Amino acid sequence: MPHTPHRLEVRNARIGYGSKTILTDLNFQIPHGARVAVVGPNGAGKSTLFKALVGLLPLQAGQILIHGEALGAHQDCVAYIPQREAVDWRFPVTVQDVVMMGRYGQSGWLSRPSKQDREIVARSLQQMELTNLAAQPIGQLSGGQQQRVFLARAIAQQPHILLMDEPFTGVDVTTQTATLNLLDQLHDRQVTMLISTHDLNLAASRFDLVLLLNHRLIAYGTPKQVFAREHLLQAFGRSLLVMEDGALLVDDCCPPDAGEAQ
Amino acid sequence: MNWLLEPLTYEFMQRGLLASVIVGVLCAVMGTYVVLRGMAFLGDAMAHAILPGVAVAYLFGGNLLLGAGVAAVIVALSIGFFSRQGDVKEDTAIGILFAAALALGIALISAMQTYAVDLSHILFGNVLGVSAADLWLIGGLSALILLTVAIFYKPFLVASFDPILAATLRLPAELLRNLMLILLALTVVVSLQTVGVSLVAAMLVTPAATAYLVARRLFPMMLISAALGALSSIIGLYLSYYLNIVSGSAIVLTATGFFLLGFLWKRAKSL
Repeated sequence: MPHTPHRLEVRNARIGYGSKTILTDLNFQIPHGARVAVVGPNGAGKSTLFKALVGLLPLQAGQILIHGEALGAHQDCVAYIPQREAVDWRFPVTVQDVVMMGRYGQSGWLSRPSKQDREIVARSLQQMELTNLAAQPIGQLSGGQQQRVFLARAIAQQPHILLMDEPFTGVDVTTQTATLNLLDQLHDRQVTMLISTHDLNLAASRFDLVLLLNHRLIAYGTPKQVFAREHLLQAFGRSLLVMEDGALLVDDCCPPDAGEAQ
Repeated sequence: MNWLLEPLTYEFMQRGLLASVIVGVLCAVMGTYVVLRGMAFLGDAMAHAILPGVAVAYLFGGNLLLGAGVAAVIVALSIGFFSRQGDVKEDTAIGILFAAALALGIALISAMQTYAVDLSHILFGNVLGVSAADLWLIGGLSALILLTVAIFYKPFLVASFDPILAATLRLPAELLRNLMLILLALTVVVSLQTVGVSLVAAMLVTPAATAYLVARRLFPMMLISAALGALSSIIGLYLSYYLNIVSGSAIVLTATGFFLLGFLWKRAKSL
């Protein structure tokens, strides 16, 4: 039987800033179209992993392969939705401008957007119910609308792999629902998704696979395999509360370590 | 109308006005990136850092703009070199190189005999001394810089607004940064004769900051900024002619006036 390359493969990766290492011994493979929740305590290295996956942070050791090829061999198949804090909301760009940026990788850096680009942008805006806000500066939107702008941009990018950093933190129910619906649609289109979240319930109910991190890979598999007591204890340590009926509760308010460099 | 036309009967005023408008537009357009990327300190540093180049060119009777250009590019690339590995923070590297280059420049100039006059021209500009050849050089370099900004509009926009998207789209971040630094350096050099070393930073920051208050998109921000830069240059030069004050100061103060108007307008609107 011919071996199809995994969409995303991480081999013996060590990732960090300068000489400081945040994540070590990372080994995992993500198959076509899988929905993967990335969970772990604050400062466990979730954002760091994402930065390495988009090529923003060079690997200290190891390899990241996409479709069996080294990171960078494919120009535009990874879309990334940044954390809200990472965006300069006062930058003079409109909703439409931001979504159009998702087309730049494919339409070329020096040419004007084609008719097709404009149609894709219009459809992406419509899908995220942003058509009426297209001409608004992004700074004038509500938090939920702002997140939908970046979701629309990710759709316009037509990626094979979508990375989202904490899309469910600090957003209203409408945005959360819109995000989850979008994940379902993208899943139907075989887009591979890696999404970091604090919400373990959501990770267990809406995702195929869970990647549990705490400076290394604690566990990776189906939610049922990963959310075992010993794994959670390893990942969350003393911020894991075991209730009398056996339920597990993660007290995630206070980072167990100094926190992660941004 | 006579008061408008009278200064233009002098050929040096015509050249001065044209040079000021070109520089006003150029600084204003580059200034949008200076404001949006938080490079105001860098622009100021760059302006002072070109002094030694000017001094050396003067000593050897070479072209002052060429000397300034070489110095600016060297300083721009050195800042990148010192701060790239993260051993030295970028603003620290800028601070060190800026002060060192300024000191070197003043040391060189003070060794010359006629330094008092020339130093003030370099520091505050001498717009009425623009020769026809200077004007061609200013116009040519400005056209080149503006053309580059136009060609790289999309990469610069993405790299400034969303470095992470730029990384996922495999934009060469380092290359774009260096290109931006070189463009900024050349802009400072071109501005040398009209507003001088010490006031270039104002022309880079003030019109763009005013445009930032009113514009909602990058391209209109550039246009508004350019219009304000040109207008400040024209009004400033007339003020300088009739009030007999240094042209660089008059231009910068006019630009500052526009900024205050824009600021008050924004405040009044949000009330």
